[in-house]
Order: sequence, then structure tokens, then C-alpha cells
Amino acid sequence: MKIVVGMRQLADLVEELEVADSQVDIDRDFVKFVSNEWDEAALEEALLIKESVGGEVVVVALDEPDVDQTLYSAIAKGADRAVKIVGVEEGWTPTRVRAQLLAKWLESESDWDAFFTGVQAADDLDGQLAGLVGSTLGIPHAAVVSKAEPQGSSLRITQEIGGGTLAESVATGKVVLGIQAGRQAPRYAPITRIRQAMSSSSIETFEAQDIDEGVGPKVRKLYPPESKGQATMLEGDPVEVAEKIVELIRAKGLIR
Amino acid sequence: MPVGGKKQSPVAVELEEAVVTSQVSGREWDVSGAWNRMFESRVLTDYSYAKGLGKIAQLDGGESLEYCYGCGKCVPVCPVDLVSEYGPRKIHRKVQTGLDLFSADELWMCTTCGNCLRVCPKGVNMIEIMPAVREVSVGDAKVPDELQGIFEKTFRYGNALGENPRRRHAWTKGASVPVRVLSSDPTPVDVLFYVEDYWSYHPRGQQAAQAFSRTMTRLGIDFAILGAEEKTVGDSQRLAGEKGLFDALVEDVTAILAKYEFQRIVTPDPHAFNALVKEYPKRGFTYDVLHYTQLLSPRIQEMNFVNAIEKKVTFHDPCYLGRHNGEYDAPRKLLRAIPGIDLVEMGRCKENSYCCGGGGGGMWLDGFNSNHLSERLSERRVREAAATGADILAVCCPYEVSRFEDAAKSTGNEHLKVVDIVELLDEALGGAETI
Repeated sequence: MKIVVGMRQLADLVEELEVADSQVDIDRDFVKFVSNEWDEAALEEALLIKESVGGEVVVVALDEPDVDQTLYSAIAKGADRAVKIVGVEEGWTPTRVRAQLLAKWLESESDWDAFFTGVQAADDLDGQLAGLVGSTLGIPHAAVVSKAEPQGSSLRITQEIGGGTLAESVATGKVVLGIQAGRQAPRYAPITRIRQAMSSSSIETFEAQDIDEGVGPKVRKLYPPESKGQATMLEGDPVEVAEKIVELIRAKGLIR
Repeated sequence: MPVGGKKQSPVAVELEEAVVTSQVSGREWDVSGAWNRMFESRVLTDYSYAKGLGKIAQLDGGESLEYCYGCGKCVPVCPVDLVSEYGPRKIHRKVQTGLDLFSADELWMCTTCGNCLRVCPKGVNMIEIMPAVREVSVGDAKVPDELQGIFEKTFRYGNALGENPRRRHAWTKGASVPVRVLSSDPTPVDVLFYVEDYWSYHPRGQQAAQAFSRTMTRLGIDFAILGAEEKTVGDSQRLAGEKGLFDALVEDVTAILAKYEFQRIVTPDPHAFNALVKEYPKRGFTYDVLHYTQLLSPRIQEMNFVNAIEKKVTFHDPCYLGRHNGEYDAPRKLLRAIPGIDLVEMGRCKENSYCCGGGGGGMWLDGFNSNHLSERLSERRVREAAATGADILAVCCPYEVSRFEDAAKSTGNEHLKVVDIVELLDEALGGAETI
């Protein structure tokens, strides 16, 4: 089975984020970038499938800051190839654009069986990438996947469908999955192997193709959340505080 | 029998069956029973050498485990055995009788404190064996989760705490003295103060870094730090088995050091000191390196003490300053110089000092190892310190303040204050107020 894993970079939250002068993006000059943790789960799931039934895992990402480290780490973990889509406009890439760019590469690389990516990313929490890639390519898609296990040449998929319910289905033929969690935590990439990957493997590049962005939402303004009121500290000994809490709950109409 | 630990009775793993073939008649005799040891060395042949001791002996650094002849001197001095079932002899025997050390929890329990090697007549060197076996397991991605997180953070940020590298010198703001950062003023300097992770980021460590800066300023020492360019020297990551990470850190650290002119490196971290003195030269990088106590102790005559500290103080020798590098006097000279201090020793001190549990990666394995220990090593040590009647447990390793403060709370010894020697010096010299 040949599985392609779409990975992306986002700002590392160890940094203090600031809004750029443009007011539609964060200031990217002093920020470190890390890979999206849901994409790491997607990679883990793909590697587990490869280990059980064989095949190939290819990681693909847009040329974003520090992306090489993510791609080499993926190779160190067991991915066979890494592809970087270059010539992408700097700055934040909307999900629609990202989906179109990835779809162009997926079209050029036709012999894959499944495309996995994180169900969402921590920066925009958009959660649309897998769906948009699937619809662009006309391929079935499933989101919030918590398990993808090989069953013959197909994949048995477990999805979370809200209300604490899980759904199982079998995907035959090509499929696009938004991965919520892997069957196990992402494995460790030993630094020695990352360094070996850096010296002995190379990242393939693919020139970004012209795309039709289509209609969709645009960011008008980015700003830190405004604080609405503050916490009230209740003074007194525990009994008094407990009485005040009960009074507050009663005043809000939660108990009579 | 050691006190405190959940000691278990030894479990016999020797097989009690044996068959001897007669050399005359060819008949086989069943000689099973405990008395039959004289006929065959069954235990050694019933288990694979190639998969056990032989596999470890092949590793660079793993050769000496099979030298063990079972005298057992190492077991009573092993700090882990005191709170568990451990000790190199026990590990040797377990491997000999089928334990796969490469995937065993025992692999991560050794703190590389070095007390076993001190007494071993055969030179079984756990300080080399454990990292060598761990390196194989790390290469196979068999790493305890909490340690994996530390490796990833160290690789990404250059510090084990996963803190923002650009905030590495945030502590200088509270130092009350100017602290020069070489990237903004790269002129030559006498002392390069290599702050290391826990003095840079841990709140209690930051206080010690500030106290050390004030003390150097009072003594007129010309010093500077690397600030955001500093990365950890990485010795504990190396001993925890991530040699690739250590190699990467050596490249980064030496490249930064090459940018600046300095006479000597002074660090508060015995682990960094150990690597800079012993490991970096193996890779071709030699520096003049001092632990901070070695910088300060020859300057006691110049110290103008204004406050007496009327306290009973006991001192914990860091494994990597004392046993590994032979420095027992410098910290004690400083403590004795402080007016008012009554220095009392614990039963285990100097060469036979106990271990705080933080070395060799143990700093980041408290959760993992808790399944196997009756109490943390730091808790055992704090109870020893409290038993001396001391008011203060003095330390001079950045791992120890956080470890022992936690242990003082968890063992009900909150009255025992854990303080770095340089904080005591700073207080006796007048603290932040009078500078």
C-alpha cells in the first residue's frame, strides 16, 4: 500500500506570538516552526500500516519555515520519500490554497492508495484540508479518523462521529483521511537517524502549480482575544466560601 | 539488610535439572537436585551467551559487564539498590540468566553515579555499559516516553526544559549587576560563565545564577555569558543513550564557543563540567574549565563577609563533581569560610556520597522509575540530611535544588532548607541589597 502523508508547519507556541503589521498574519520573523501534531499522528498511522502489510510512505509538505527538519524526521521514522512543494507564497497559506497545491502534486503522482493528513492544525483549527483535497480530486474522504487498519487491499476505518459515537467503515480504492489520533503515540526519531537522513537522503522538490483559488473566506483582521471581565476571588473560610458559591449558583438560576 | 526499601527475597533462577552422560557406558544419569552443581555449569549454558552478555560485550563501552565475577562489593554502595533491587552484580546475573537488558526497565534505573566502579576489583564500568546499551535501545526508538520528550525538546530548543532559547538570559534582569552577553558585546573576556539549563530557566536556579553574578562582580571578575546562543552541553542526554543528540550538541556548542575569545569556562553544572573536561577533548575540543566552586574557593581571602549565617549546614557532594572528577574540597572550603556556619557531614559523603537520582538521565525518569523504587533517591538523601540535625542542605549542582526541595516536602522535612552554596555566599557577602 502506498500512503501519502500531508504535513505542515505551524508557529511553535513556546514563542510569544505577535500580530504582524499587516494585521492578517502573525509576525513570522522571530518565530520557530514545528510540525502539526495531528500530522504526526497521521504519519504514525501510515507507518504502522506499512509495517504490517508493507508498501511505501511518502511525506509531502509545502515549503514552510523549518519544514526540512520535519521531513527528515519523517524519513528517520521510516518514511521512504519526502517531497517539498516549492515556489509557494510566503506567509500563512489558507486551507483552500494548500488543498489545491497538494492536489496538483497528488495528481502528478497517480499510483498512491491513500492520502492521510491531520484532521486539523492548531493555528487555524479549520479542519477542512482532508475534505478539500478529497473533493478536488473527486475521491472519497473521511474525517476525525482514530484508526485506519489494513484489511486486504482496503482500509478499515474508525471515525468519531460526535456524541461519543464511533463509526466503522471499509474504504475500497483510493481514499483521503483526516486523522484525529494514531493507534499509538508518534514514535521517537533518534537524532542519529535524523542526522543520517540529512546526510544520505534528499528531499524531492515539486514546483507549485498555478491554481484556481476559488471563493472562500479571507482573514480581515487578526487580534488577541479581548478579555471580558475577570475572575472574582471569594474571601473567607471554606464554609463561608461554600455558602457564597451556593448563593451565586442560586442567583444564576441553576438551583432553587 | 538495607533499611527503607521494599527488599524482596532472592529468587532462584537456576535450573535444578541435570543429566550426566557416562563416558564409559554412554548411559544417561538423571542427577537433578541442588547438590549436582559440581557436575555441570548449567546456568551458564542454559542461556544464550550471544543474546545476553555477548551482545552487550560487542558494544563499544559494553565490554566490561562480563568481567564481573560476582563478588558483590558494588551492591551495598549502589544508591538505587538501597531503595530497590539493583546493583551491577544483580544486573550481570540477570543478563547471564536471560534478561534482555535492551528492553528491560532496569536499563533506565542506573544514574551512572559511579560508586560501583569505585569499589569494583574487575573494572566493570556501568558508566560506559549503560549508555552503550541505551544507545542501541534509543536507536530502536525504545525510550521511556518522558525521556523521549526531553530528547525532542533538547534537539529542538537546545535545552531540556523545552523553554524558549531567546529567553535563556531572562534571569539577568534580576541580578542587580550588569551581566554581559557576548553576542551584543563580543570583546574578549576572562570568564565565560556557562549557565546551563537549570540555572537559566528554573526559578530557583535563576536565583543562584543571580547570586553567582553578584559574587563574581564583588570579586572584580571579568565575566560574560552566551545568552540566547547557549545550548546545553548535553552530558546527561549522552549518558541517557542519545549519543546522536550529544554529537549534534557538541557541533553546535563548539561552533558558538569558537566565535568568542575567553580565558576559561566556568559552569555551575557538574554534568557540563564533566563533558567539557572528559568528552569534548576526545572530539578535539579542549578548554580550560572550572566548576564555579573551583573559581571561587581560591578567592576566599578577598571576600568581605558582612553577614554571619548561624546555621547548621550539611553538604551533598554531586556525583559528577566529586566521584567523577575528584573535587571534594572546593565546596567545603567555601562553606567553612562563611562566618557562623557549622558544617556537619552526612554518613555517606565524599567518595561514598549518595546520589540525588538525577544523573545519567534520571533527572527525567522519576515517573518511569517510580514503579521500581520504594522512594526516590532524593527522598532517601533528604532524610539522611535531616537526620544530621542540619537546618540547611547545601548543594552545588543545578539539578539538586529542585530535586531536594521536592523531596523535603514529600518526606515531611520542610524545615530543611535546600540552598546552593553560592546563595549562602551571596547572603554572607551582603546579598542583592548592598551591591
